[in-house]
Amino acid sequence: MAETVLTNTGQGAGRLPGWQGIAADWASDQRAFKNVSWGKAMMWIFLLSDTFIFSCFLLSYMTARMSTTVPWPNPSEVFALNLGGKDVPLILIAIMTFVLISSSGTMAMAVNFGYRRDRVRTAILMLVTAAFGATFVGMQAFEWTKLIMEGVRPWGNPWGAAQFGSCFFMITGFHGTHVTIGVIFLIAIARKVLRGDFDVERRGFFTSRRGYYEIVEITGLYWHFVDLVWVFIFAFFYLW
Amino acid sequence: MTNATVHMEGQLQAHVHDAVAAAAAHAKGQQHPIKLYLVVWAWLFVLSTCSYLVDYFGLHGSLRWSLILLFMVLKAGLIVAVFMHMAWERLALAYAILLPPVAVLVFVSIMVLESEYTHLLRVVFFATPL
Repeated sequence: MAETVLTNTGQGAGRLPGWQGIAADWASDQRAFKNVSWGKAMMWIFLLSDTFIFSCFLLSYMTARMSTTVPWPNPSEVFALNLGGKDVPLILIAIMTFVLISSSGTMAMAVNFGYRRDRVRTAILMLVTAAFGATFVGMQAFEWTKLIMEGVRPWGNPWGAAQFGSCFFMITGFHGTHVTIGVIFLIAIARKVLRGDFDVERRGFFTSRRGYYEIVEITGLYWHFVDLVWVFIFAFFYLW
Repeated sequence: MTNATVHMEGQLQAHVHDAVAAAAAHAKGQQHPIKLYLVVWAWLFVLSTCSYLVDYFGLHGSLRWSLILLFMVLKAGLIVAVFMHMAWERLALAYAILLPPVAVLVFVSIMVLESEYTHLLRVVFFATPL
């Protein structure tokens, strides 16, 4: 039987479900996450910590915006693009949102094909995901360039409250960095998938641990998180 | 090897059936029909379009804010539950990850009070003299 590290910890079966399950899983001297490998658990815990980082950014933005007596620039106008002689509000941001959601869709399918041990489809879907991610970063670079040309600086801008620029560069910059790291991560793992590393459980050159298709799901968790953060940035920074 | 584990925990017979089924489903990793992902993907597109339309039609006030928050929460829920497979994880993991961010809401309420206070002081002491 082909085993995956993901699940066969030998403890998964026969556990209590529901609330009693929480108490039983966490109680006594044992591992708390019964059917989740250390790799996946640690990615979740890392994502939790990253949640707090982005929460703090959005909170500082909220505080700046609520406490300033100067009017906040209207994002609907600031991020409008002139298409065919007409200003379309937020259109670039909307396209970026769709690009990122699409990348999440292809990533979810890559995970699925990974567990079916369909090497080629998994790798192709991961590379498509990476391409969507790179497109997103490219559009963000365009947006930054446009705003900088229009005079937005971390210490001021032509339209209103000075904190607008610092919040914008901090939040979208940090998110863009996450996307960039995700693209690199995706390409690295896609290469391993394509080479068949996870079919033969080849050992990693750095960790010397056996590789399994589960890493595709772990990469996916990170990627979906990046999309998740964008959902909040889109709502609070661009739409509010 | 699943069977051996099951026999070791004989007292849990009532729950064994579900758990074995769950473990078997899990043994091959998170396997769900592709259609599910496509449906969620479509819903995310629809919800994003809706939140964009809120801005496009220039809705204002509490209607705008409640719609933005509604679409945001629905999108975030779909991503976490289906794409990140949280819906199929054991509750011990789901609660360990999903409960701590609630503390952020406490932080939000603290900072709302703080920024209103700062705003008040700025209006009182730094407003342009008449």
